[in-house]
Amino acid sequence: MNNRQRLLPIISLLLLTVCVLTPFYFLKQNIEQQNIASGFHFMTQESGFEISESLISYDSFMSYGRALLVGVSNTLYVAVIGNVLAFVIGIFLGVFSLSRNYLLSKLCSVYLNFFRNIPLLLQLFFWYGIFTDVLPPVKRSLSFLGVLISNRGISMPWFSHGDSILFLSVSILASVGATFIIYQWLNMSKVKREYKNILSFVFFLFLQLASLELIIRFFPLEYPVVRGFNVKGGINYSPEFISLTIGLVLYTAAFMGEIVRSGILAVSKGQWEAAFSLGLTKTQTLRKIILPQSFKVALPPMTAQFLNLTKNSSLAVAIGYPDFVSVANTTMNQTGQAVELVLLIMGLYLTISLSVSFIANLVNRKMMREGI
Amino acid sequence: MSWFREKLFPTKFQGMLSVFLIILCAAVLYKALGWLVIDATVFGTATDCRAAGGACWAFILEKYQYILFGVYPREHLWRPIFGMFLVLVFWFHFTQKKNWNKLLFIKFPGIFLLYFFLLRGGVFSDVVKNHLWGGLPLTILLSGVGIMVAYPMGILLALGRRARSRFISFPVVAYIELIRGVPLISLLFMASVMLPLFLPAGVTFDKLLRAQLAIILFSAAYFAEVVRGGLQGISSGQEEAAKALGMNYVQIQSKIILPQALVKVIPPTVNTMIGMFKDTSLVIVIALFDLMGTAKSSLSDSSWLGFSLEAYIFIAGIYYIVCFAMGRFSKKVEEEFRLSKERV
Repeated sequence: MNNRQRLLPIISLLLLTVCVLTPFYFLKQNIEQQNIASGFHFMTQESGFEISESLISYDSFMSYGRALLVGVSNTLYVAVIGNVLAFVIGIFLGVFSLSRNYLLSKLCSVYLNFFRNIPLLLQLFFWYGIFTDVLPPVKRSLSFLGVLISNRGISMPWFSHGDSILFLSVSILASVGATFIIYQWLNMSKVKREYKNILSFVFFLFLQLASLELIIRFFPLEYPVVRGFNVKGGINYSPEFISLTIGLVLYTAAFMGEIVRSGILAVSKGQWEAAFSLGLTKTQTLRKIILPQSFKVALPPMTAQFLNLTKNSSLAVAIGYPDFVSVANTTMNQTGQAVELVLLIMGLYLTISLSVSFIANLVNRKMMREGI
Repeated sequence: MSWFREKLFPTKFQGMLSVFLIILCAAVLYKALGWLVIDATVFGTATDCRAAGGACWAFILEKYQYILFGVYPREHLWRPIFGMFLVLVFWFHFTQKKNWNKLLFIKFPGIFLLYFFLLRGGVFSDVVKNHLWGGLPLTILLSGVGIMVAYPMGILLALGRRARSRFISFPVVAYIELIRGVPLISLLFMASVMLPLFLPAGVTFDKLLRAQLAIILFSAAYFAEVVRGGLQGISSGQEEAAKALGMNYVQIQSKIILPQALVKVIPPTVNTMIGMFKDTSLVIVIALFDLMGTAKSSLSDSSWLGFSLEAYIFIAGIYYIVCFAMGRFSKKVEEEFRLSKERV
């Protein structure tokens, strides 16, 4: 250890303390001068603003804390739905872009190239612009199989009775179970392999449709109808929510597609050849040999994309979807407590990021250990 | 003919898929061309556009100057145009392989300094205050200066992360992980509403600089991660060999390690730059009028309501061209280095 190395910790600590403490000294001065409240007391005060859509009950008489909670739930809602959809579309894009069908692979490449090179915010504005400038007002809304599409959003038929959701989930679970039993039974019988999948799929579809029919008969669907300037009944998705979700999903799916694509290319050619020589079909090879291996390569960048979508959902503030940033922004304008709210925003996203990375690391380590 | 059979109709299933895709493409193209070209109005007023029902390019023709340059004084418009021309020339110069040498580290800041002073004026002609800057020149300024400062900063952070002393590496890791864990919007909010509170009472600096600062702080963390990837790919023998020759830390890093590491990660570096260029569009949330901001505010003209898609498509074209060119360049570099490696 020479002299310089011994000095390093002291200098570094000193610099850090100065860098952190000076701004806070000025902050204290400014807050006193401008008469801004500090601390988190505002969380219990009445918010006084409405939020256009919410998963939990909320009105303007409730507290800022409750309003921010609505924001958190909306952010998580969009993030979960968006990530699931983007992941599914991304896998298809990646696989299809390597298809031997020239047209299909070319179309996918064009998609990947196009959506990745245009700012997400612009895409969000574009989808939102379709609602405000292209789609007709409620009175002349487009209707298709009971779905109403207008500049006020998309309304779909939905169960009016609360219990029907329960029945629906039970019926789905039951059909999955029954199909599984049938599949096992087919496996023991001497039916050809190609037919087994098709047969069990048809069986599943039949079960599902039959139970859906039964549920609808007992609990009739409520169709959305136009009443004056509003749509009544059914389930309604706002233009803000739809354009945010579409924008996030299409943008992120392009990046995920590229990741899946390079993940598949990273698996050595010998794996394909070995699988073919064992008599596996192309789809089987892809599903059972290639994709599981490319998963290992693709996991870290994929995790980054999940987080990107979640962080990018904060762009909701630009098109007026009440996500956490948007609610916090309104709160900031009303209370003037910028420091606390910016810290809250950063804290929320940091918590999400760190916990997702933690889980991804666990999965990664497990895969490494098992040598997959 | 055999090409068609091989690429589109190799099996019965693939053939059916191709036919379906051809029909789908034809339908989409028919609709799109109808709106974009056939029913479109190029010359005329908003009423003509609404009557024709297609895209209203007349709106773009009317507003393109505002969308491209914002409220920059018309009599000085040659300055941003000349500046952007310089940047374009520099880009072509930069993409030529024979120009990849150390001089670039002087040329790059030089060009953007010149660009900045062209926008600002003051030497040969009047000063234009920066709240009048807008449109494409502002977008280029934010991303150009952003890259210029954030990239070296990213390199320093990456080196700091690998430092042996924990007193250096820990704060650096904390910074990088913190920044990468939060959205850019939160940093922009921080720069626009929180930062003024942390400064002594009299000190203020303008919104543009604060936005630029947020973009730099944000991108530097991403550049740092990219550079770290490159550093990890260099075998430790390189450093040991350099040390054995008696080089000191600065010499080892600047002459041996970094030249190899940075070249290795050119593709992800360019991707980060593309991302940064796209991300500058977020400054609209703190009311700066970059290309996205001017396009958005051109929509509020009451005599031209309802033509937002045209404006968005127009600027999407600009963003696309720039990002596509950068992506192409990254591919070219990748190819170049792979070839040169194979030659050895």
